[in-house]
Amino acid sequence: MHATEALKEADRLMTICNSCRYCEGLCAVFPAMELRREFGDADLNYLANLCHGCGACYTDCQFSPPHEFAVNVPAVLAKVRNDSYLSYAWPPALKLLFGANGMVVGLLTATCISLFLLGFVGWSAGGEMFAVHAGPGAFYRLMSHNAMALLFGLAFAYALAAMAMGARTFWLGSRPPAISPDDAAMAVSDVATLRYLGGGGAGCDVDDAGKDRRRLYHHLTFYGFLLCFAATSVATLYHYLLGMEAPYPPYDLPVVLGSVGGIGLIIGPIGLLHQKLRRGAHLGDARAFGMESAFVLLLVATSVTGFALLLARETAAMGVLLAVHLGVVLSLFLLLPYSKMVHGLYRGLALLRSAAERRAHRQQGNTA
Amino acid sequence: MESWDQHYDTLVVGGGNAALCAAIAAARGGARVLVVEAAPKFYRGGNTRHTRNMRCAHAKATHTLTGPYTQDEFYDDLLKVTGGKTDPELARLMIGESEDMLDWIVEQGVRWQPSLGGTLSLGRTNSFFLGGGRAMLNALYATAERLGVTIRYDAEIVDLTIEDGFFLNAIVAHDNKRHAVTAATLIAASGGFEANIAWLKEGWGEAADNFLIRGTPYNKGTVLKLLLDKGVGAIGDATQCHAVAIDARAPKFDGGIITRLDCVVFGIVVNRRAERFYDEGEDIWPKRYAIWGRLVAAQPEQIAYIIFDAPCLEQFMPSLYPPIRAETIGDLAGKLDLDGATLEKTITGFNAAVRPGTFDHTILDDCRTEGLHPAKSHWARRIETPPFYAYPVRPGITFTYLGTRVNAQARMMMADGKPSANMFAAGEIMAGNVLGQGYAAGIGMTIGSVFGRIAGREAARHARN
Repeated sequence: MHATEALKEADRLMTICNSCRYCEGLCAVFPAMELRREFGDADLNYLANLCHGCGACYTDCQFSPPHEFAVNVPAVLAKVRNDSYLSYAWPPALKLLFGANGMVVGLLTATCISLFLLGFVGWSAGGEMFAVHAGPGAFYRLMSHNAMALLFGLAFAYALAAMAMGARTFWLGSRPPAISPDDAAMAVSDVATLRYLGGGGAGCDVDDAGKDRRRLYHHLTFYGFLLCFAATSVATLYHYLLGMEAPYPPYDLPVVLGSVGGIGLIIGPIGLLHQKLRRGAHLGDARAFGMESAFVLLLVATSVTGFALLLARETAAMGVLLAVHLGVVLSLFLLLPYSKMVHGLYRGLALLRSAAERRAHRQQGNTA
Repeated sequence: MESWDQHYDTLVVGGGNAALCAAIAAARGGARVLVVEAAPKFYRGGNTRHTRNMRCAHAKATHTLTGPYTQDEFYDDLLKVTGGKTDPELARLMIGESEDMLDWIVEQGVRWQPSLGGTLSLGRTNSFFLGGGRAMLNALYATAERLGVTIRYDAEIVDLTIEDGFFLNAIVAHDNKRHAVTAATLIAASGGFEANIAWLKEGWGEAADNFLIRGTPYNKGTVLKLLLDKGVGAIGDATQCHAVAIDARAPKFDGGIITRLDCVVFGIVVNRRAERFYDEGEDIWPKRYAIWGRLVAAQPEQIAYIIFDAPCLEQFMPSLYPPIRAETIGDLAGKLDLDGATLEKTITGFNAAVRPGTFDHTILDDCRTEGLHPAKSHWARRIETPPFYAYPVRPGITFTYLGTRVNAQARMMMADGKPSANMFAAGEIMAGNVLGQGYAAGIGMTIGSVFGRIAGREAARHARN
């Protein structure tokens, strides 16, 4: 028995696919499916998070609609996947945030920005907010570095803790396999290259509209995000280890990393959104449009507000722009466990499980 | 959209592997090509949609094939499965050209993958399409369109004008209208007649009403019948078709691979009278897979039941429908609407005849019955551990053998023995030239691609002259 209609439908499809197996060369989902004969909710959640939604199995399927078997694996697994985010949310009560996620992201971001604006106006000395500041330590006349580090450190630690709890629930949902270093290396490589967003080599769902470029845009987004994170980390080291205070000159490492990453974080998410709009709605979960587009826009906003701050940091607009940028980033941090961001977490773990299961199966075959 | 009344160099009838290989080869040869496919766009490609591999000769292992498969070995395999019913010249030609097919088909956009999962036994001889037959078709259609081939769906040939073995025009029904299409050459690649129950009845009688058709409902054999009626030479046994035993609960048409059942060797098979009728352990399953359709067709009401017990449940590939399950043989008989006492007697008698042995379904093991008729020669184990399971099975028709005779140019041969001036055939419609009976995995696709390419090449050459 299954908890939802989507899980029930996923069970029906996996039973069909497991009797066919023509798609086993396309991605990791079908080989993982072949290691099972029955599909409980935990198995289906795992397979759903393993699915990258590339769409190749839909266009290749002889049983897709209008065939009476009506097989649409990407759409059904997208529904199961999005539902699974709720069941792994920590604390469980906050799964509500996934309900109207687009609105949640918007409201929280607006709230964070407002609090920074009010805070700067209220707590900084009169007129500081709209004054021109320049040179090292300019930002910290509005908010001390320690206060900033504490606030964002706490927010990030909370996000990590909440995601760790979600990861734990996901991992223990079914019996965890033993993990070898090779499995971990394989999973990291699968994530880093987005191996399974390639339809097994033919590319993602290629239709009359032309080639799907989600892998490229996702790379820009993912590596852009990592570079921005690296920029922040380097700046923190500069501050505490070298005693160098922000803002840094345009040629310095934090600004270079942040700028390169920031460009990726603008082109990537917008490209992903464009691909999503262009792609057939029949391949996804329409309910998740708010969640997906809100997260993508939040990433763009992080980058755009960062660039605005970089360009206007020596003008009177700096205070407002800093408040807006920090508000967006705080919102992003707080929402990591309750946004589309969790897809990376569960997919990474699913890939790790898949690597371990396949290795165990191979070894079993060799000793049998 | 281009109008119907323009003149084409080549009219290709059909939309599967053979048709598309022909269309592509003709277009590459410089011909203006029209493809008419009777099915709507989703169902395009006939039974190619349900295929997944092609058997090609190769001198050494490739990145997707585990070892060499020489032309001689391929030829020997063909002789084995057909019992010698093949045209040696055409068979040698096909096998020779199949070697080149491994590269040519990739040049048309199709991707190979290594055999995985349950198909490792074919990993040396057969090349698998990444994503299966529909993925292959998608690639071929994209290539054909890029080459300027015009493709019409829902376009069925209803008549052909042929004079003295010369094709003049075809009448195509499309959008409730009839269009006369003229072309310098005709390539018939429209499959067999396995979806035409009335025609099947000519060979099988009323029993054909109980047959399930594993593939496309669009293979009605209309073009084949027209050609044979208009003087094209026939080849192959009109009364025979390739039939396997599939799940009786499958839809009438197009259930495809997922209704297949690979568990005959693990249990016993009984008919409506709850009696066994054939040796379930005669030979290893891939070699006996294709006799069970005909065996079941010969039973009352064309239905049979594979019965096995709990230890066997996970020893074969899963299939679409779950087995029917019961705690006792009597209950199982009740659920299958069989006579309980007879089924008990059949199973008791079978169990008593089973000799001890070491079970191994991958070899001809020593688990057999003694003093039982019919015997179970291998893999016989007592059916004694509940729960008990059953799959109802019916004949599932895969393809038909009757076709048009062709020569080495894939040119149709007329009944009077002369080659047609401008008509060619490829794929299932002429498979009987090479495959007089039997089947070997992936050989239908070899026939389609090889003769499709030859037909396209020859048609383009004819049209240019």
